[in-house]
Amino acid sequence: MSNNEIAILGVGMHPWGKWGKNFVEYGVAAARSALQDAGVPWRDVRFVSGGGTVRCGYPGYVAGATFAQALGWQGAEVNTSYAACASGSQALAAARAKILSGACDVALVVGADTTPKGFLKPADGERPDDPDWVRFRLGITNPTYFALYARRRMEVYGDTPADFAAVKVKNAAHGFTNPNARYKRKFSAEDVAASAMVADPLRLMDICATSDGGAAMIVSSLDYARKIGKGDAPRIAAISTVTPTFASELVEMPDIATDSAVAAEARPFRAALPAKAYEEAGIGPEDISLAEVYDLSTALELDWIEDLQLCARGEAAALTRAGETSVGGRIPINASGGLACFGEAVPAQALAQVCELTWQLRGQAGERQVAGAKVGITANQGLFGHGSSVIVKA
Amino acid sequence: MNAPIIEGLFSVDAAEPVLLGSRCSACGTYYFPKQSNYCRNPDCDSERFDEVPLSRSGTLWSFTNACYQPPAPYVAEEPFEPYAIAAVKLEREQMIVLGQVVKGVGVDDLAAGMTMRLVLEDVPGVDGERVTWKWQPVEGA
Ligand SMILES: [Zn+2]
Repeated sequence: MSNNEIAILGVGMHPWGKWGKNFVEYGVAAARSALQDAGVPWRDVRFVSGGGTVRCGYPGYVAGATFAQALGWQGAEVNTSYAACASGSQALAAARAKILSGACDVALVVGADTTPKGFLKPADGERPDDPDWVRFRLGITNPTYFALYARRRMEVYGDTPADFAAVKVKNAAHGFTNPNARYKRKFSAEDVAASAMVADPLRLMDICATSDGGAAMIVSSLDYARKIGKGDAPRIAAISTVTPTFASELVEMPDIATDSAVAAEARPFRAALPAKAYEEAGIGPEDISLAEVYDLSTALELDWIEDLQLCARGEAAALTRAGETSVGGRIPINASGGLACFGEAVPAQALAQVCELTWQLRGQAGERQVAGAKVGITANQGLFGHGSSVIVKA
Repeated sequence: MNAPIIEGLFSVDAAEPVLLGSRCSACGTYYFPKQSNYCRNPDCDSERFDEVPLSRSGTLWSFTNACYQPPAPYVAEEPFEPYAIAAVKLEREQMIVLGQVVKGVGVDDLAAGMTMRLVLEDVPGVDGERVTWKWQPVEGA
């Protein structure tokens, strides 16, 4: 379905870390880098699509218009998309719609975040109507959910904490040479096992941190790409941002119960995201060269591998143990180093995944290059029924 | 009996405590916490709900613990003691509900598939003792 495709002309990132700067600086740095990579003048960008975040109840804190002003207002149309972890993908989908409708040729998609210090926690006050307040009052924090999913794997498939640690070791080895990664250190299984238990079976090194960072890309119509001599640029072949389907089978943050599956069958959400992307791109999991997935925890990466249908249910740990998910293996997962090496910068993260696929498909990923990469897929999921999966083709 | 940790989520009945949910009177979907405005089943537009007690026991779907003290509004014991957390599947409701596990039961004592029963336990509140629901493994089940 090539009539749905758009070209990725350029990508750029501000390195992830804890830099203590304003998010706008990260976004501008990423955008300028993407513009330079694309070789497109800023004034040719006619649509600016920003991944937004909501912090302390102030929507628009990270907005397309903010970046457009920082880069120099030149009369482009703007958009801000909020979709938790999938914000970047929704901003990208907005740009794609604008381009495919013929309303513009070139768009900038950008997301950036500055993460507050300390643990994420709910706003103050007694708010029993707010599910986030309720679950914290009951002692159910973010790691609780990841740990419940991880323990379920142990109970159903026989996965072990060593299997989870192997994901961290692998991702640390991948991200070791990535200039945009925050953590550039190799870790051993012993290092993971020696880190503090947070929510059994997950230890500190099984759970991703939060980071500052920025990611951006310049996308265009295929005609425009050809016109500027970039007809062979990687293309976006699918963007899936589907909601869950009732009755959603997993208990998801911040809820304290699942949907009831009395009147409708219980359905998985994560697996629905790539399923829609495959359908849209007209390809299947057998066509995938590599995947960037949302490893909020090490165990969650194993769930994603199965949700992407890259192996049968329950076999992701064996696949990882066999080295097949490492660069050089059959289906490398998180060649960038993943969230394990980056930490999560919410509105930028889904775009960072697409940036990595772009570098990989161009053969520009340096020591972490996946040989002969032709098709890549991303997957992420966050709060409030948001998630996304993007397919990029060489 | 102390006041509940959060009003309206469960009955403060020491002998037969239950979680208080609601049920769509058209399609039968259960809700916890209670839903009384609109049914979330895409094939149902009912706005009528009955308040119902949820099943008091279910099977353990998964479990974990909290090794670190959560931030407010959690009120922790002094000194903080790690506690286990259970995800329990209720058969009739076809729903998984979270909750802490009773004191003295840790992750090493738990396994998926165990029968768990709802009980009440005292917990600290900002201004004195409160009571909350906890899941307790049923011996010999
Ligand atoms: Zn209904």
